[in-house]
Formats: sequence, structure tokens, C-alpha cells
Amino acid sequence: MVFSGLLLIAGLLIAVSTGAKNIGLKTIWDSIFHYNDVLEMQLVRDIRIPRAICSLIAGGILGITGAMMQGVSRNPIAEPSIMGISQGATLAIAILYASESIAGLLGNMTAAFLGALVSGLLVLGFSIKNARNMNMARVLLAGTALSTFFVSLASAIALLSNKSQFLAFWVSGGFRTATWSSAVLLSIVGLLGIVGSSYLAQRINIVSLGEDIAIGLGENPIRIRVLTFLLIIPLCAGVVAVAGNIGFVGLIIPQIARKLVGQDYRKIIPCSFVLGSVLLVFADISARLVNLPYETPIGLFTAIIGVPFFIIQVRKERG
Amino acid sequence: MKKKSFPIVIGVLIFLTITIILLGLCWGTYKISLLDMIQVLLGNGTKMQNTAVFTIRLPRIMVAVVVGIALSTAGGLLQTVTRNDLADTGVMGINAGAALFVVIYIQSKGMNYYEQLSNLTIFAIPLVAVTGAALAAIFIYTLSNKKGVKPQRLILVGMGMNIGINAVVTFIQLKGSAGDYNRALVWTSGSLWGSSWKYFIVVTPIILLFYFLTLYKYKTMDIMELGEELPIGLGIHIEKERKQLLFYAVALAGAATAVAGNIGFLGLLAPHIARKLVGPSHKKYLSIGAMISVIVIVLADSISRNCFSPLEIPVGLTISFIGVPYFIYLMLKEK
Repeated sequence: MVFSGLLLIAGLLIAVSTGAKNIGLKTIWDSIFHYNDVLEMQLVRDIRIPRAICSLIAGGILGITGAMMQGVSRNPIAEPSIMGISQGATLAIAILYASESIAGLLGNMTAAFLGALVSGLLVLGFSIKNARNMNMARVLLAGTALSTFFVSLASAIALLSNKSQFLAFWVSGGFRTATWSSAVLLSIVGLLGIVGSSYLAQRINIVSLGEDIAIGLGENPIRIRVLTFLLIIPLCAGVVAVAGNIGFVGLIIPQIARKLVGQDYRKIIPCSFVLGSVLLVFADISARLVNLPYETPIGLFTAIIGVPFFIIQVRKERG
Repeated sequence: MKKKSFPIVIGVLIFLTITIILLGLCWGTYKISLLDMIQVLLGNGTKMQNTAVFTIRLPRIMVAVVVGIALSTAGGLLQTVTRNDLADTGVMGINAGAALFVVIYIQSKGMNYYEQLSNLTIFAIPLVAVTGAALAAIFIYTLSNKKGVKPQRLILVGMGMNIGINAVVTFIQLKGSAGDYNRALVWTSGSLWGSSWKYFIVVTPIILLFYFLTLYKYKTMDIMELGEELPIGLGIHIEKERKQLLFYAVALAGAATAVAGNIGFLGLLAPHIARKLVGPSHKKYLSIGAMISVIVIVLADSISRNCFSPLEIPVGLTISFIGVPYFIYLMLKEK
């Protein structure tokens, strides 16, 4: 934990100082404590810092949504973007932009929330019924089908309204548009996530033991599953509204967290938050640096890192 | 759905196929009535009509037809090999592998998508695509091998690879031309835009060859679907047959992707519906599946071309609008 904390701080410093224009640590210090109206300090204050904060919180949120979903569905590959929840939010945003309405951050958030609600309820419908012997391939295929559907619709809408370039950003994710207000929005959502998940952690522990044991211990697994999904939906919506659809973080991170702290979700969830932050802060740095001066969508990085993890996990399962 | 008698099903499907193809020929920005169309096909059309039909619409529809046959057969093959009716070259990353190689190849030639492709390039593309598909398949097969290849693991690994390869394709496309998303969409979603007779001539022999090779194997496939032990007992070298059939699927999917990009879900749906209609005999359901697939893709392509004219959307998107809800309905119903 201490190590990942240090890693996180280092990551934040790198994130603020590097980019299309490199900025010295001294200037960063000054722009926080002795602010002057020069370009570099403006850059640090208005762009780099909010962006770093956004990637930090978004990573944390993605980490805990993944951990919670894996816990309640007892499926090590469950994750909001693999299951299609984030794509539902993306579709809603595409519709919002195609209708030429004034969007703004709150508009994004509302649309993303409605989209995530629809797709989240659909996924819940799949996983609530027969989670007991739900076959991994089927769950995954349902998720793939849903996300293909949402992204296809979104792509078609974007192509027809001539906004496809714009949509690319939401489909593959990125923090290009992060501002202080997005940082505030994410902080609120993140706080909700932290409080909600620590409230649910113990129950998720029980559900993760299996249907029969949970019932034996006096918990209703279906209720916990519904509650967890209801928490996950606004969390996903917040991240998508700010940064688009960033996949695989929720899949990679809880796996690592489980390796580090064991099977207790009261530890896995906070650990996933920190590790998710680390991953996304560094992924955002590489997204900015790999193809200077252009940005590469961050979702592509997380996907390319995530697939090997995914395959390792699949190989572990007895098929 | 009850099994229908084979001749009736075939009759209805042939009728539907012809109707849909005629509809596809007639429907467009330049409208041609059905009666005129028959005249045109008989060789009595005006110059304008001939151009619209013979150099634009017909080649595109014919490419759609062979692509439909290829994807449905490839999907059916994979479903037999993995003994899982959810397998498909599109969801399992094989199409994506082909698309990746084509994208790299086109980009290494320093050309834009489809414009000014030389004849040599057009002939090389199917080869490149099949190579890509084969490499993806080998990769997936190796990665799912852990004391033997389990069908379930094969599908899961394939799905993971699919997401990964698509990310790489998008990455390359974005890097190549500072963000031309539309072009990336053509390969990641599948489109028939710009199909000409050249494409048809290049891929048709490959697709027909492997289609008939597959049909020729129908008995082996029927037995393979019964389990692991039975085929061995009947003297079938299962590992060898499996690899061979997998290669047929790869060749079919690669050739289809070479001209149409990565069209998903068609290979999953068509054999599925076919099996519902005529039962699990491979000889029957592979041919019925191919026809259903042709109907779906030609209809979807007509919709993609015309419903939003003068713009058009990639046919793969239209197929997923039709395909996914049906597919989800199937999954919910089956448990």
C-alpha cells in the first residue's frame, strides 16, 4: 500500500510536469503556492492539475466498480465496460451530441447516467437470474453483444450526424477535456463510490462465497446484487461523462488487489481504488506522450494492457 | 420452432434470396422499377441503367453474397469444432486478425483505404488477410492450450483477443492519419462500400473452394459434434480433423474480411437459425445457413446504402442492430 501510494505521488508529479511542454518541478511548486499569471503556471493550474486529479479519481472508481462486480457476480472477468454498461452511457452521450443540444458537463452526466441505467439494468437482468451456474462464456458473450450493439448504434448516429471524430473520443476514452468542474464532478461521484462500497463490502464478501452460503448466513444475494448494481451505475456514468469509455481497468486491478491483500473485499475494494488510480495516471501520461504532440485514446492503452490479464484469468478457469 | 421439411425451407429461402437481391438492385438513389430491372437484366437497359446495375450495384451485391456464404460457413465450422453454438469468427478475433493485417498492409503501401489500390494490391489483400486470420487463430489456439484445448477456453481467449486486436487496429488507424475514424470504422465494423467486380473475382474462388471442401466433410463434422470419444472410436483422428476444419474457417473468414472488413455476429446468427429450421445435420444446415446469411447481409447492405442516403453506414453496424437483439432474445430464452 505504501509503495503504491508513493508510486501514485510520483505518477502525479510526472503527469503534471510532462506533456507537449515540459514544466520544471519548481514552476509546479510556484504555481500552487506562489501563483503568477504566466503561461506555464496557467497550464499547470488550469489543465495539468485538474487532468491529473480526474485520471486519479476515475481510475479509482473504475477499480472499485470492477471489484464489486466481480464480487457479486462471482465472475473474475466481470467489469463495466466488458459487460456493456459503459457503452450504454457512451451511446446516450452520442445521442445527446447528435441532437445538437447544449450539452455541458451536467448534460453529459445526465445522459451518461440514463444510458448506464438502461444497460446496467439489462446486465443485471442477465446476471441476476442464474448467477449460480452462469457460464463464463455466456456472460461474456452477452456483454460483448450488448457493447457491440451500443457502440454500433452510437457509431451510426455519429456517422450520420457527422460527429464521428468526436465520438471516437468517447468510445476509446481520454482526459482531453478534463477541467476543474469535471474534477469536482468526479470527486462527488468518487466519494459516493467510496462510501457506498465500504458499506457494501462486507455483504459482497458474503455473496462472493456462493449463493447457498450467503442465504445460510441470512443475506439475500439478489438484494445485494441489485444494490451493488445501483451503486455501479452512477459511478460508471460519472467516469464516462468525463473521460469516455475506458475498459479493462476494472478487470486488471481487482486481480492484482486480490493477489496483494487476499480475498477480503473490505481490503480488495480500497486497494483497487489506489491501484486503479496508479494505473490510470500512468496510462494517461503514456497516452499523452506516445504520439507527441497528438493524444492517443487512453482506452486503447488499457485494452492492450488488459487483454493479457484477461487471458491469464481465462486460462486459470477450468473450462 | 419445429423442424420444417427440407424442400419447403429451401424453396422459401430461394424465393426470398431472389426477392432480396432484386430489391437490392432496384433500390437506390437512382431508382429503377422492377419491370425495368428485368429488362436491364435481359440486356435491354439504357446506358444509365446498365451502369447503375452492372458496374455499381450488381458487383456489390455479389460480393455481399459470397461474404455472406463465407461468414456463415466459417461460423458453423467453429461451432462444430468448439462444440459450442456461441462460437463465431467475428467474436473470436479471427476476422479482427485479418483486418489488422490488411490495415497494416494498406498503410505500409502508403495508400488511403480503397482509393488508387493497384491490381496487384487487390490480389495480394486476400492473401494478407488469410495470413492474418491464420496467425490470429494459431495464437488463440496456442494460448488456450493448457493440457489440451478446451472449447470453452478457446472461445473466451478468442473474445479477449478480439478486443485486443480491435484496439490495435484503431490505434494504427488513428496514428496513420491523425484521427480518421470513419476509415477505422470500415475495418472494425465491416463495410461493402466501393466493392467492384475485381474484389468479387479475387475472393469468390477461395470462398467457393473452401465452402465445398467444408460441405464435403459433412459426415466427419456430424460425428465430431457427438463428443470427444465417439469420433476416436470410429477411427477419426480428431486433433487433425479439428485443425483442418479450423483452417477452412480461417480461410473463409480471412477472404470475407479482405473485401468487407470485420463483420461480426452474422456467422453466429445464420447457422443458429438454420439449425432451428432444419436440425443439426451439417449438410443441411450449412447450406441453409449460407442462404440465410446471404439474405441478411444483402438486405442489411441495402438498408445501409439507402436509408440514410446520401450518407451510408457500414453494413456491419446494420447487421448488429438486427442481430444483437435477436441474439440476446435467444440467450434469455435458452437459459
